[in-house]
Amino acid sequence: MWTVTLNGRGDLEEWRDAARAYLRANIKPEHIDWRLRDSLSLPGLAEDAVPEPKPDAPALSVPPQFLELAEAVICHSDPIRFSLLYRLLWRLCEDRNVLQMLADEDVVLARKLEKSVRRDSHKMTAFVRFKEIAPRDLSGHRRAFFAWFEPDHFIVARKAPFFRRRFVDMDWVIATPKGSAAWDGEVLTLSDEPAQKPDIRDATDDLWRTYYANIFNPARLKVKAMTAEMPKKYWKNLPEAELIPQLIADAETKVLDMAARQASQPPTFHERLQKRAVVGDAVSAAADGLAGLQQAAASCTLCPLHCAATQTVFGEGPERAEIMIVGEQPGDQEDLAGRPFVGPAGKVFDTVAAEVGLDRSRTYVTNAVKHFKYEPRGKRRIHQKPNQGEVQACRFWLSQEIQLVQPKLIVAMGATAYYALTDGRERLEDVRGRPLPIEGGRILFVTVHPSYLLRIPDEARKADELARYRQDLARVGQMAVELQSTKSGSLGRLGGV
Amino acid sequence: MKKSLKERLAILSDAAKYDASCASSGTTRRDSSRSGGLGSTEGSGICHAYAPDGRCISLLKILLTNFCIYDCAYCINRSSSNVERARFTPEEVVWLTLEFYRRNYIEGLFLSSGIIRSSDHTMEQMVRIARELRTTHNFRGYIHLKTIPDASPLLIEEAGLYADRLSINIELPTDHGVQQFAPEKKPAGIRQAMGNLRLKIEEASEPTLQKKRRRTFVPAGQSTQMIVGADGANDATILGTSARLYGSYGLRRVYYSAFSPIPDASSKLPLIKPPLVREHRLYQADWLYRFYGFDIGEITSATADGNLDLDLDPKLAWALAHRDRFPIDINRAPKEMLLRVPGLGTKAVRSILSARLFSRLRLEDLARLGVSLRKVQAFVSAEGWSAGGLIDRTDLRARFEPKPEQLSLF
Repeated sequence: MWTVTLNGRGDLEEWRDAARAYLRANIKPEHIDWRLRDSLSLPGLAEDAVPEPKPDAPALSVPPQFLELAEAVICHSDPIRFSLLYRLLWRLCEDRNVLQMLADEDVVLARKLEKSVRRDSHKMTAFVRFKEIAPRDLSGHRRAFFAWFEPDHFIVARKAPFFRRRFVDMDWVIATPKGSAAWDGEVLTLSDEPAQKPDIRDATDDLWRTYYANIFNPARLKVKAMTAEMPKKYWKNLPEAELIPQLIADAETKVLDMAARQASQPPTFHERLQKRAVVGDAVSAAADGLAGLQQAAASCTLCPLHCAATQTVFGEGPERAEIMIVGEQPGDQEDLAGRPFVGPAGKVFDTVAAEVGLDRSRTYVTNAVKHFKYEPRGKRRIHQKPNQGEVQACRFWLSQEIQLVQPKLIVAMGATAYYALTDGRERLEDVRGRPLPIEGGRILFVTVHPSYLLRIPDEARKADELARYRQDLARVGQMAVELQSTKSGSLGRLGGV
Repeated sequence: MKKSLKERLAILSDAAKYDASCASSGTTRRDSSRSGGLGSTEGSGICHAYAPDGRCISLLKILLTNFCIYDCAYCINRSSSNVERARFTPEEVVWLTLEFYRRNYIEGLFLSSGIIRSSDHTMEQMVRIARELRTTHNFRGYIHLKTIPDASPLLIEEAGLYADRLSINIELPTDHGVQQFAPEKKPAGIRQAMGNLRLKIEEASEPTLQKKRRRTFVPAGQSTQMIVGADGANDATILGTSARLYGSYGLRRVYYSAFSPIPDASSKLPLIKPPLVREHRLYQADWLYRFYGFDIGEITSATADGNLDLDLDPKLAWALAHRDRFPIDINRAPKEMLLRVPGLGTKAVRSILSARLFSRLRLEDLARLGVSLRKVQAFVSAEGWSAGGLIDRTDLRARFEPKPEQLSLF
């Protein structure tokens, strides 16, 4: 049997040096008695000599996961931590996968100790309370603070860098019975000696207590939920904790009080504000023309789609455009931006239109349905086809847009747009790619919706369809040129093609 | 007579407590090592205290002022309420934030405000506070600003440069509810504000041409809050709205706030005990939707009225309504099915997937992973354990329901 005595104040090096030596000498875990050095025993006394390493001892290497685990476990105050870590180390030499066996007894215990250390460390970052003290630096540039904290484990050295990264512009000391840390703006000084609790007062604690008492909602009393996260053992060093018993005791009376005092006469400024609001509402007058129509459409509730969409996406373009492009409905991006054809499908349209010389800025671009219809799926929205009722309801706006813009040529992109403009239910292929005369002496031209092109998985077919779409838009561009040459607006020649 | 800072702190923190959000997590990691200033954010947030209502206190959550020109029935600060009014100067808010931070009471500031004069005026003051903290005082802690409805996009953009998180409250799950209880608020305007913010956040996350680095803009994203139990909306409606908000605006969180009686309450609202259990079930359902692969429809279909079962957690309620899908073999089932087992959380599922590579798992192994066997045993089979007829027992539900309380004789 070998006896190893350690200081055990959270120092991994100390344990690692010993463990390494015993492992090299091939000493089994059950043959080592790990002990804590108590304050009475003199260093070096009654300690065994370190065993001779075995000549054939293999080079030691452990997975980084083990080091991380050991760094935490070594801070634990339970004396079994040394033997437990050595046993794990021993087993790791035989099987590097030990730590992945999450149901293994040693692993479970080590993880439990690790968790306890992590929790204590986390609570330290939360419950350390600094109090202001007289600065060392008399120039007044740096203020000084002192905190007394009582952790369960040896975690001061582990957490001190956190405080250094956070409280850089002030001097501070954190003192605990298990060691201390101090920062002066340049050096972080650590000690594992136990410290004494000082008596310091800080006037700001009173403001903090005021905040604590008032942010508490007495109607939601849940004492267990509080103590689960802020166990009583921490209370003695928290300035706010002294209020807790009284806050709990008074909670019920406070709630009853609230109930008794309901609905009194409103203050006088309320009347004034209400009057002003009414006047303000009456002032906003409606504009005329497209702008007026757009304003009216912004608060459209003709179908239920407005409830889920962000906003009405109205058409845009010149007040009098010769060509009107009609799509299906706004998509995700359009819904957010409030403008038609700005998402992926809009980009396809823009690119192809530019290629064939069709100037988007001279066309009026709009949709058959003005609100985005979708189904939420996690962090995304899945587009849904508008139904017949929604298309019909939204015709109210589309037909007024046509009346105001007076286009000579309307391009319907996709079956929904075609249906909205004609009530026609023919297959898109049957009406696509040729001018169709419609009411009002206008020409209708039908093609696919650019989003259709984005959905084709097969690259070769996608290229073919894109080429056809390009042909269609080229045809539209050509018709636009012809339209400009027929100033009279008679489209007989085109319609007869 | 002017109220003291302490008196005003009491009023303006009391006025802020009905906002449930207090998170300080999810932002970029940063500290003051190089800047030599004050403050850090390191991944997960820290709760510096807990109030007896069980809520975490992570941020200094205050209002700049509780004067408000709006008259929202559910709000303690509505114009028709007789609560005491007060306001801070921007300098006072900056001072309180820094002094509280130095004493390690808080992670940062959560600033909201009643609307005074105009939306822009109010927002301007809030942005000024964030700017001073960041630029004058070199503060690198957490800042959450509530954005004021209808504030100008330029102000929102500037707010986003200094704040970790921006939020705007949707308040009630339906437009109708908002019209009824918050007549001055425009639900469409709130959605537009969220949509604009999402676009700006996405724009900032695109690497620029000059620099490969992304611009920091609202790194902890946006969140919102819905009040539960003030209007008649059922849980299916509430969760449907949440799903839409998550999908549409990339919100990090939707907070549910059980409507809680307020002093000098409007007669439009009943003074009831806040529906805390319902609020808790909504959070559980929200988690199932975001992390467990459940659809809102699945979660709310277990009951006829579209409200969640108050006695059972929503996953257990779903499992009891779909017993034909169980028991599940923990040694073979895919991750998606393991996530649906009552009693298995995401962490337990990860552990199971890792541990079963090395040995066939027994029920005792699950216990060692911290899983509650009482809950899980009816729904799984494991090495040496078959749930047998447990899943088909008619009293299965009763085993999980809270024990009926015995009436006392007095």
